[in-house]
Amino acid sequence: MLTIENLHASVADKPILKGLNLSINAGEIHAIMGPNGAGKSTTGYVLGGRPGYEVTQGSATFGGQDLFELEPHERAAAGLFLGFQYPVEIPGVSNLQFLREALNSQRKFHDLPPLSGGEFLKLAKEKAALLKMDMEMMKRPVNVGFSGGEKKRAEMVQMGILNPKLAILDETDSGLDIDALRICGEGINAIMRKPDKAVLLITHYQRLLDYVKPDFVHVLADGRIVKSGGPELALELEEAGYEGVVA
Amino acid sequence: MSNLPTRKAEDWRYADLAALEKLWPLPDAESITVAAGDSFACAIINKGGVTRLSLTLEAGARAAVHVLNSADAYARIEIEATLHEGADFTLGGVQLAGGAQTAEIVATVRHMEPNANSRQILRSVAAGTATASVLGKVYVAKGADGTDGQQSMRAMLLDRSATANARPELEIHADDVKCAHGCAIGELDANGLFYMAARGIEPARAKALMLQAFVAEAFDGAEDEDHLHAAAQAALEALL
Repeated sequence: MLTIENLHASVADKPILKGLNLSINAGEIHAIMGPNGAGKSTTGYVLGGRPGYEVTQGSATFGGQDLFELEPHERAAAGLFLGFQYPVEIPGVSNLQFLREALNSQRKFHDLPPLSGGEFLKLAKEKAALLKMDMEMMKRPVNVGFSGGEKKRAEMVQMGILNPKLAILDETDSGLDIDALRICGEGINAIMRKPDKAVLLITHYQRLLDYVKPDFVHVLADGRIVKSGGPELALELEEAGYEGVVA
Repeated sequence: MSNLPTRKAEDWRYADLAALEKLWPLPDAESITVAAGDSFACAIINKGGVTRLSLTLEAGARAAVHVLNSADAYARIEIEATLHEGADFTLGGVQLAGGAQTAEIVATVRHMEPNANSRQILRSVAAGTATASVLGKVYVAKGADGTDGQQSMRAMLLDRSATANARPELEIHADDVKCAHGCAIGELDANGLFYMAARGIEPARAKALMLQAFVAEAFDGAEDEDHLHAAAQAALEALL
């Protein structure tokens, strides 16, 4: 589904990714772990197409398409969902309006008719319930006044509604209390653990992986993957620290 | 005023004088008096040229004026309101200018007697090499104690080549007065635009959504709010 080859990327002319290779197939859940500054968030932003993150070498193919040929909104329409470590507040635009725009924009991209208000609301209610999110909150402006945990749950509701093929989730577990962590973890499983979907979890900690069991764990250090393994690698990291495992 | 103004005149400093010359002489302002205790509301959609309105609010009268100013070349709205005791005046204004257009709202509110309230919420969007200006004055006469006058002016620049001017002005001759004014000029939040793109919203649509949210406050509570929002949305989409 996603093949990254020899990816090099810079932010403000500073090289961050230095030869990243990663291949993700449908039905798989991958986790990228690594110390601060290794390039974890950069990986997500580069794949999502954030301005200022410049690809200097290498390629990424998503569903047979050159990902870097696509604009950010086209990548989303192609089925890529980037979960933000710090979801952005958009004053004056309600969650429901935002998501209906997003979903219908993606549908338009695939020559599908827009969902009616009623159809959309039914879908939104279903996905909000999955994440135990009150519909009243869905009427509020995007992420404005939301706690850290509410923002992350709102992200998962967005993912449920937009129904991507591949979700890249950047530190979805940060800022979550134990209950919210479980709800988000279960949400990821319910929405994304399917034979035709895949997930790339970017995280510092094992704790999210207790809920969302990865098939593969990769250690990112200094802009490239230095070690890959099964779920046991995450436990090993938790025990020995990055220094112990990477050294 | 019978002669064409020059830029030395404060109220005309940012005007498009070449366009103004073709419109000169301007018709007198439309005068409306809201009788004591009465209410008045109106919406003005100005698509070019100069629109002038002069309101007198007698004791305890209420008036709400909402304006949408979008230029074909030059668009100017002048509003004057004279407030007597206990009157209440709201001005909500949105102006949108693109290309090489010039749009301006010039508002003068005079608190002549005690205990009147006024609030002005003015939002400008400028793109291309357009100029959007807001000149707002609140005058509080001697003895007009208990005045509450508020001005909020914000402008959004869509291109670095666009210009926004905001000039809030207070002239206060009374002692017991609450007057607040704020003004800010900024650009659309790049993080917000990327967030919207990352969810699949096309860039022009994302900008339109953010700008709609930006101007919406000016039309809150307007009598024909939906109509104004729709007109603003159409003008915004034309701008992008």
